[in-house]
Amino acid sequence: MNLLHIAWRNMQQRGFATLLTIFSMALGVALVVLVLSISWTITESFDRNSNVGYNLIVGARGGSLQLVLNSVFYLSKPIEVLPYEDYLDFLPGDERSKEIKRIGGRIANPEAKGEYADKMEGGFAIPICLGDYFGPFRVVGTTPAFFDKLRYGRASDMEYKFSEGRNFVDHSPEHGFFEAVLGSQVAATMNKKVGDSVQTTHGDPEGMGHGEAFTIVGILAPTGTPNDRATFINIEGFYKMDNHARAFVDPAHPDELKVDVRKEPADAPDRLSLEKRDVVAVLVKPANGSFAVFLERPINKTMRMQAVSPISEISGMLEMFVAPVKNALLGLTIVVCVVSAISILVSIYNSMSDRRRDIAVMRALGARRDVVLLVVLLESLLIACIGGAVGWFAGHGIGVACADMVEERTGLQIGFFNTITIYELTLIPGLVLLATLAGIIPAFVAYRTDVSKNLGA
Amino acid sequence: MLQITDLKKSFKLPDGQRLPVLDVEKFTINDAEQMVLIGESGGGKTTLLHCIAGIMTPDSGSIELDKINLLKLSEAGRDRVRAAKIGYVFQTFNLLPGFTALENVRLGMTFSNRRPDPSRAIELLKRVGLGERLHHKPAALSVGQQQRVAVARALANSPTLLLADEPTANIDPKNQQMIIDLIRKNCEEEKIALMIVTHSMAIAEQFPRVDRLEEINRAYAGVKQSK
Repeated sequence: MNLLHIAWRNMQQRGFATLLTIFSMALGVALVVLVLSISWTITESFDRNSNVGYNLIVGARGGSLQLVLNSVFYLSKPIEVLPYEDYLDFLPGDERSKEIKRIGGRIANPEAKGEYADKMEGGFAIPICLGDYFGPFRVVGTTPAFFDKLRYGRASDMEYKFSEGRNFVDHSPEHGFFEAVLGSQVAATMNKKVGDSVQTTHGDPEGMGHGEAFTIVGILAPTGTPNDRATFINIEGFYKMDNHARAFVDPAHPDELKVDVRKEPADAPDRLSLEKRDVVAVLVKPANGSFAVFLERPINKTMRMQAVSPISEISGMLEMFVAPVKNALLGLTIVVCVVSAISILVSIYNSMSDRRRDIAVMRALGARRDVVLLVVLLESLLIACIGGAVGWFAGHGIGVACADMVEERTGLQIGFFNTITIYELTLIPGLVLLATLAGIIPAFVAYRTDVSKNLGA
Repeated sequence: MLQITDLKKSFKLPDGQRLPVLDVEKFTINDAEQMVLIGESGGGKTTLLHCIAGIMTPDSGSIELDKINLLKLSEAGRDRVRAAKIGYVFQTFNLLPGFTALENVRLGMTFSNRRPDPSRAIELLKRVGLGERLHHKPAALSVGQQQRVAVARALANSPTLLLADEPTANIDPKNQQMIIDLIRKNCEEEKIALMIVTHSMAIAEQFPRVDRLEEINRAYAGVKQSK
């Protein structure tokens, strides 16, 4: 019979008390696992959001944080707008003049190359317009390039996929400019499917509804990004809605200084002309990411534009808002660890008065003091290991049970093992060690047991 | 085999004074000898057994077991000698309630340096008539059966000396003789010296050697007076 067997028998003898202690330990470990999983989910979610798939957000001068909140997270009050001409300045090569001809309207220097085009070669710029709502969700007016060219995920290498339908197009014979794509959460919450229509409200969720209806042509597969919580409509349709034309007048280029550009053939669809368009932001990705800094400087020297790096802004937000929460959660796990260890200490310590005779008998049979000390420590080790294992499986099991809900809300896929973090790999063994060490006090009581006094006759 | 010389043991009283409990000038047991130490309760019998077993440390004197002076050993050394050379049968059996009969016997083998022999534990239990009760816990055994398990446990390590402290005091008369016979027979077979402490004359009369505690313990009168 080895010492482990003796410790196991001792645990069995105090069956219910042992079970309660194991349960308490398991609860503690499960809580630690859950807290760490939540912490992982928050960090992972932010990490995904910080890799937005573009290098710069260009918007009107103002708060950089607000620009990011608006353009990436679709949060906060809408900011000022830029004229559509500013977006055209980012189009590489001769795309600017092509775009001007395609849309038509009045614009200064229609044949000139875009001011920032040189640094964009091979890259892309995507305009977004905000301001409308679909239910509680923000509406984003953009071009099909948003889903065709942007990538998301940790390495910004994941293409947007549609769980249903397709991306909207610039103009379709069936729906004209009025096609929409819903984020996964929007579709689930608003109970919409492909073929249904979307009517947006102006300015706020309770605001006045626009008359125009967009037909849903696609539902995004969950991405774990704020795009899951947004409704995307064709920017051309956005401009065609009431009150969406001409919010911006550029004093440097009054309309009379602009020239009328050639329009497309008469059978071309009727678009809102250039001088009546504005954008909230332009999402910019030069072909060479390192060129972003050469774009950022001149843009920030202009009077009306600012260029913001979303990664650095989001990292700043992570440090400012998420890091304290994460630290608080980690602090909580340490408290849980200590409480679990104390529960083992109390349980074994309370049993010591009942076990003095048994310890004395073992000593009378020749067990040395250090052997009985080891038996009690083994007992607390067994309780800690069993409780730890049960709690670990329970914690991850609960995570897996909630996987669907988490995926629906964050787009993150929670498996049994993928939420394991470096914290967990150190905290759980640390907790088991701590709980084992908690056995030292009762083990010392066992060590000091007076054999003669406790043996009886 | 066992030789005690000038053994003294006293306990501290609440008023700070010391009460002598044992004062044994000379006491010996030969190899495989079977003897009874008789005396009334409170005369220092158990204290003497505890000192011989190394459970209690005397104030002075010497206890030699197989030529090893226990009082010159460290506590861990005495523990090792006890595990290897001494079997102990208690009045209250002192079986561990969470362990089966077989495990209680095997427990006796766990703490000696010898390689545990599981088959010997089974054989001993069969020898004491509990071959069918190997996996019963003490609560499922009668008091007589419990004491038989305790006897098997005391024999587990093939000790050279078996100490039995009032082994029949808590047993019904029918089983008393059976326990004594069992202990004596096994000690005889395995050539183990036996020292039984009892206050029962009926038991004492069966042994070739009977020592009276009041004759070997010079502190006996004082102890009895203090009670």
